[in-house]
Amino acid sequence: MTATLTRGAERIHAAFERVKAEGRAAFMPFMTAGYPSASAFPGVADALLAHADLLEVGIPYSDPLGDGPTIQRASEQALAGGTSTRRTLALVKELRARHDTPIVIMTYVNPIYAVGPREFMRLSQDAGVDGLILPDLPPDQDLEIADLAAEHGLAVTFLIAPTSTPERIKLVADACTGFLYAVSVTGVTGAREGTALGEVPAMLALAREYARVPVAVGFGVKDAQTAHQVAGVADGVVVGSAFVNAVREGQDVGALAASIAEGCRR
Amino acid sequence: MSLTLPSYPQPDGRGRYGRFGGRYVPETLIPALDELEAAYRAAKADPAFLGELDRLFREFVGRPSPLYLAQRLTDHAGGARIYLKREDFNYTGAHKINNCLAQALLAVRMGKRRVIAETGAGQHGVASATAAALLGLDCVVYMGAEDIRRQALNVFRMRLLGAEVREVTSGTSTLKDATNEAIRDWVTNVRETFYILGSVVGPHPYPAMVRDFQAVIGEEVKVQLQAVEGRSAPDAIVACVGGGSNAIGIFAPYAYLPAEERPRLIGTEAAGEGVESGRHAASMAGGRIGVLHGSMMYLLNDDEGQIVPPHSISAGLDYPGIGPEHCHYAETGVAEYVPVTDAQALEALQLLTRLEGIIPALESAHAIYHAVRLAQELGPDGVIVVNLSGRGDKDVAEVMRLLEMERDQGLLDKEVEQVTREVLA
Repeated sequence: MTATLTRGAERIHAAFERVKAEGRAAFMPFMTAGYPSASAFPGVADALLAHADLLEVGIPYSDPLGDGPTIQRASEQALAGGTSTRRTLALVKELRARHDTPIVIMTYVNPIYAVGPREFMRLSQDAGVDGLILPDLPPDQDLEIADLAAEHGLAVTFLIAPTSTPERIKLVADACTGFLYAVSVTGVTGAREGTALGEVPAMLALAREYARVPVAVGFGVKDAQTAHQVAGVADGVVVGSAFVNAVREGQDVGALAASIAEGCRR
Repeated sequence: MSLTLPSYPQPDGRGRYGRFGGRYVPETLIPALDELEAAYRAAKADPAFLGELDRLFREFVGRPSPLYLAQRLTDHAGGARIYLKREDFNYTGAHKINNCLAQALLAVRMGKRRVIAETGAGQHGVASATAAALLGLDCVVYMGAEDIRRQALNVFRMRLLGAEVREVTSGTSTLKDATNEAIRDWVTNVRETFYILGSVVGPHPYPAMVRDFQAVIGEEVKVQLQAVEGRSAPDAIVACVGGGSNAIGIFAPYAYLPAEERPRLIGTEAAGEGVESGRHAASMAGGRIGVLHGSMMYLLNDDEGQIVPPHSISAGLDYPGIGPEHCHYAETGVAEYVPVTDAQALEALQLLTRLEGIIPALESAHAIYHAVRLAQELGPDGVIVVNLSGRGDKDVAEVMRLLEMERDQGLLDKEVEQVTREVLA
């Protein structure tokens, strides 16, 4: 990895530094772009950004095999409403005009290959995207993507899981330039019953040994209480399906975001 | 012990065939794929594993499957001699059982008591459920709601065999979505679950492992053809390709021969209502390179990378991608891939049934159609082997429905209409 930080990595690290100084974990909500509709999405994103330390925006994808039914259905609805990869990046560009909060794109690799990796990075840079999360791209699969991202000022985030061996954790941690994403469970995304941290502390202990970037935890965090538990061990807390569920059910997303953000205090 | 599993030059150390293949999966699965690769490598060299697989191939599956000279089909085509490699003779009715038994044996060896599978036509599901019953494993099969409708009999078979069939209603409710669900199950239960993948797709080492287990088909052809024709390689081999497991099974033992010794290897893709119609499953003729289910391959996907739902008359070919080794064969000229439409497959199914008394699976009918045309091209000195990957029992109800529909809509030409009237009488 390059020794000099990219613009995106600098902005992401600065956000983590800021929350650390405030004695809390970063609150990192996720929302599928174009959900529940292209016209309603910016309002949802604004409500999340009012409380977020970093916003994850998902490019809707037809076959999101790392995601559970909640996010898959949101993707289907967003795609049916005409939200494409290019539209997603245009939506981010609009958000960027109103907000300084770091925004990262969550995407499967096929949309990147379809647009063309270089063109995708150029469009992302132009939209003001700070980083990428790539759930189906182990870092040793494709070195070109990370290099192109760096060339365009973007940070990259790869994932570790409870099944990851120490060797894998080291490899993944080395490749991350934004933050390291630790998946809390063996499974796909989705709000779950139960609040036990389980294998997370042991996994994080290893991750921290290797990672030179902040470590965030996601999958299964659904409310202030679970967020608070995770905030006790992680630098950042990712919450996705709970917000997608809230949008679908017409709940007050801003209120839920405020509550979970509060839960991220240690 | 007479069985050995082959060692081919591809894939490379990273699981790639040229630029195709790889491991595009959530990190959660990488350690499981490493574990599988190591277990497979050890099993491949273990006489006890090979001996047991050999015994099951002979005593349970009924191998070797016959190589049959289809004389009346040959006479009809008026050219090269057409041999059929009768994988339809296999227990459970298709080539799928070879791979399922082998993977289930590997699951036992790895100490996994739960297996999962995805299925389109149901043949892989039935074969997985059969292997699980034989070896006393718990079995869950994911199947799209649309395929459950088309293949009700196979669904019942799986349940009778003790498998749980889980209906998949996400996405397009077909094979690609069943595969997504199977992978999600595997991600969730990876420590105690073995995923029996049904074709030469998915993340490394699956494409290589499934190929090796299916290569018994081509290895048998070499010996059988030597006995009847005095040479181990025909002029051409034709096999249908969805994901591509039966085709790779008969191609691979020839694909790595020097070019001058290699027969023409021809895969028939499901062109559905025609490649131009957009309603097809021809990943090479009508797709472009992309990533799905862990592997880089030719794929039906739009210019934003969204997967385009495939269409084929045959549920077993109704898959938006094609195995990475096939993609590499196509790119390097080792094999050719030609589109065959629904209507052509339906015609070939009736032709083979009438001439030889063999009702082929709709999948295999795609290969039969092209073989008849190729026979004319090659002339009477030529020899063609067609992989008859499965029998048509599972498709009879669907074929009846389609023929009735065609008759009602007046779409049949006179000759086929006459045959159809007799068939449906």
